[in-house]
Amino acid sequence: MDITTSNFLYLLASICFIMALRGLSSPDTARSGLAFGVSGMALAIITTILAPSVMAGSLFGIVICIAIGGGIGYIIAKKIDMRDLPELVAAFHSLVGLAATFIGMAAFYNPEAYNIGIPGEIHMGSLVEMALGVAIGALTFTGSIIAFGKLKGIVSGKPIVFSGQHMLNAAIGLAMFVMIIIFAATESNFAFLMIILLALILGVTMIIPIGGADMPVIVSMLNSYSGWAAAGIGFTLQNNLLIVVGALVGSSGAILSYIMCKAMNRSFISVILGGFGGEQAASSVDNSDKNAKIGSAEDAGFIMKNASSVIIVPGYGMAVAQAQHALKEMVDLLKSEGVSVKYAIHPVAGRMPGHMNVLLAEANVPYDDVLELEEINRDFKQTDVAFVIGANDITNPAAKNDPASPIYGMPILDVENAGTVLFIKRSLGSGYAGIENGLFYADNTMMLLGDAKKMCEGIIKSIEN
Amino acid sequence: MGSNVIAQKASEIAKQAQDLSEQANSLMQTETIVTVVESSASQPFFITGLTVFVLACFVGYYVVWKVTPALHSPLMSVTNAISSVVIVGALIAAGPELFGASKVFGYMAIILASVNIFGGFLVTRRMLEMFKKKAK
Repeated sequence: MDITTSNFLYLLASICFIMALRGLSSPDTARSGLAFGVSGMALAIITTILAPSVMAGSLFGIVICIAIGGGIGYIIAKKIDMRDLPELVAAFHSLVGLAATFIGMAAFYNPEAYNIGIPGEIHMGSLVEMALGVAIGALTFTGSIIAFGKLKGIVSGKPIVFSGQHMLNAAIGLAMFVMIIIFAATESNFAFLMIILLALILGVTMIIPIGGADMPVIVSMLNSYSGWAAAGIGFTLQNNLLIVVGALVGSSGAILSYIMCKAMNRSFISVILGGFGGEQAASSVDNSDKNAKIGSAEDAGFIMKNASSVIIVPGYGMAVAQAQHALKEMVDLLKSEGVSVKYAIHPVAGRMPGHMNVLLAEANVPYDDVLELEEINRDFKQTDVAFVIGANDITNPAAKNDPASPIYGMPILDVENAGTVLFIKRSLGSGYAGIENGLFYADNTMMLLGDAKKMCEGIIKSIEN
Repeated sequence: MGSNVIAQKASEIAKQAQDLSEQANSLMQTETIVTVVESSASQPFFITGLTVFVLACFVGYYVVWKVTPALHSPLMSVTNAISSVVIVGALIAAGPELFGASKVFGYMAIILASVNIFGGFLVTRRMLEMFKKKAK
């Protein structure tokens, strides 16, 4: 296959990938979009294998490697529990990062295969691109592993901060910059390996101070990085397909990070600097002398059965308790009693963008019952019951009323406007942001303390009787 | 038949050898020309690449804003799967007959990227299959 033909096929593959993302604009078209994505990938791989330089070698090793990797991927994807989805996504990002690093190294040790010069005399531009490609790749690799550890609970979800942290990161970054210049000028093997090593360390020190609640931003940021790494490799290999895909993935991750940051009213920089949610934040409102109304499953069942409309607000607690199936059963029962029920999703509920939507879909909740913040926030006023299950900070009115609060300015779901607010929580403790929620002590609030799943099952029983 | 013929043959061979060396010479020249062309072509690639990159960022920007928030999780897993298109680079590294460090890195990168490609697309499909409309 000559270069013109393969470049043309790469163009077709790029279009397929764009169509794959386009398909996600609605759940109806998403599956056909996915088919585009798969075809694009198949086209890209086959075109590359048919290139004369690759055909010259033995295909045996390549096929074996694809079979091994594909087999592992297949088994993981089939076996994985949907509750472990955020960890899985983080783990997959780390693989892209490592693969990009390896490819950069392969290009460095055998530049002839990529037409970028001969060992010792690689073009300077290619050296810079190569250095950037491996640096972003290595950073994505270790950063995603730490994110994976935090999501899985192996690494503490609390921000790990120490003095001089930002100085250390800045020093590593500066050292990396110097190494890249040395590498571009001398093509030194040592400098190349140092760039990789420093990037690996930076990945760890950058993610370790970031707390659990900021994980949606971090997961999408790493998503973005894996794209930029691919684009960097594309520049090194002078391959437009890789550049297009890298740019698509990079901008997609960047937009998701932006949406998440905006939904928390935080700047991207402050998320990256980390340390958020570590300490109990000072609040101008003292709730120590107030008493919360504590209710039982029977009370909640009675209130909801007699309501005409209910809005469910799920949060990370629902994911932890795996309460979505019990919740769906409860909602079905309420609907059969003639109650209108909707779900309200805050953009940062859960541990990755769209986390709650996937969990509810898993429990067979039809997606037209699930509404986003802007779509549903006005409806709370006309709603009898807001049922908050495992969420906290995203409902905290302090974000609107208390300028001293760390979450002030963050868009929240206005559950306090509903006739009655039911809160399922394990305790009256504060949320991930470390802020007390004054809503717990409001007159129209009833707290249902306990495990979200057991509580839903209790409510089901009380409605049935 | 004698020394005469042999001498003639020898001179013929000598001439052939001269021809060959001339051919080799001219080949070498074309090769230098080709390398010159290649290296001069590789410098503008950066601009071509940059053009493609910037335009693709714009395409990505407009396409991704159109993605419904409900599908942000599948969006992440599908972009993760398609960023494994770096496998193209791995295949080029693993291709050459010569066995060396580069080939080993290529093989390892193929395995990693394949895990991602198969795993990423399958998980995305599993997620998308769960999204159902209200049964009416």
